[in-house]
Amino acid sequence: MKYLRTNIHEIETAAELQKIINENENVMVCCGRMGPMCIPVYEIMEELEEERPEVKFYSMAFDSPESSVIRNAPECRGFMGLPFTMYYKNGKVAKATTSIQNMKQITSNLDQFLS
Amino acid sequence: MEKIYDIMILGAGAAGLSAGIYASRGKLDTLILSEGITGGQMVLTNEIANYPGVETIKGYELVDIMRGQAKSFGCTIKANVKIVRYQLSGEIKEAELEDGRIFRAKSIILAPGGKPRSLDIPGEKEFEGRGISYCATCDADFFQDKRLIVVGGGNSALEEAVTLTNFASQVTIVHQFDHFQAFAHAVEEAKKNPKISFIMESELRAYMGNGTLEKVQIENLKTKEISELETDGVFVFIGYKPNTDAFKGTVEVNEKDEFIVDPAMRTNIPGVFAAGDSIAKRYRQVTTAVSDGTIAALSATEYVRAND
Repeated sequence: MKYLRTNIHEIETAAELQKIINENENVMVCCGRMGPMCIPVYEIMEELEEERPEVKFYSMAFDSPESSVIRNAPECRGFMGLPFTMYYKNGKVAKATTSIQNMKQITSNLDQFLS
Repeated sequence: MEKIYDIMILGAGAAGLSAGIYASRGKLDTLILSEGITGGQMVLTNEIANYPGVETIKGYELVDIMRGQAKSFGCTIKANVKIVRYQLSGEIKEAELEDGRIFRAKSIILAPGGKPRSLDIPGEKEFEGRGISYCATCDADFFQDKRLIVVGGGNSALEEAVTLTNFASQVTIVHQFDHFQAFAHAVEEAKKNPKISFIMESELRAYMGNGTLEKVQIENLKTKEISELETDGVFVFIGYKPNTDAFKGTVEVNEKDEFIVDPAMRTNIPGVFAAGDSIAKRYRQVTTAVSDGTIAALSATEYVRAND
């Protein structure tokens, strides 16, 4: 079931997420809601999709039970701000961030962790 | 031959998008450049219930409609770009992006909006998203049965403090003055809420914790006494700062760094107009930004046609 209204592909199940990170070297997933701190991150990801074909960009609904795999990830311990954004490299979490991120912060993480 | 737009709009909030809609619908070749996201502060508004003609709408939904309208009239929108240089004087105005691209236009509308003020105290970066928040709608449910501090004394601070009591066990409002700037009904609502307490004439001096926020340092501005208060979270609502720094020294601003404009939204530079939250004015609402953007677009259109 889809919860989010964005132009990036929404992952609906934990199994789909696992398949995606297994099959792609560089994956960024923004786990959030249609709220003020999350929408800016989705918009930035939409723009980066064209510029960075080597990275796969996805969203996942924070309120879906399927996203517990992100909500309860050890890398997200102590996170208290939406969205939770995950950067996966070769199937493993390379970086996780909490709360809104701007273009510079996101591209910096992509350069550092998913290059 | 290099492209010269009729009107270039800097900023894609309510003012910028409205200007884009009016200018492009008037058949002017219009470009919107935005260093932030499309929609500006509107996106940060969960529910807009006082926009005439619409009973209630999510901020992002209104943004989607406005962006669609502007694009349908032929307006080009480039968001999340970094502008490194402006040339506002002369007949042709310029904006240069970080990647070297230069955009030119016969007229410019400055609509850079504002950004939430932060306290700029030790621990701020460390605990953002780990106890510090600027959005109750987004993050309140992380603080179920927790102790919270709300910083500020305006409408947002008091209204959000009341909202946060639906989640938190207690909310302490810390404010620098001995009175509130909020409307009387908002103050009354907060004062009669049993979960809310007040620390007046005080300011936060530091955020402290280990991985997540655990306490804050507070200075009593009258006695200069510094104390510590344990908390699980801090929500900051201390207003907005106009994004005018890049234009200071060129475009005339007042003591609050807001653009000074005349009723036609003209700045001190011919062909340069300003609109929205970055201009000097009393009220900042989506509706007032839409109005400013409309006036600026019509004035810029007149300017371009008169100088063609």
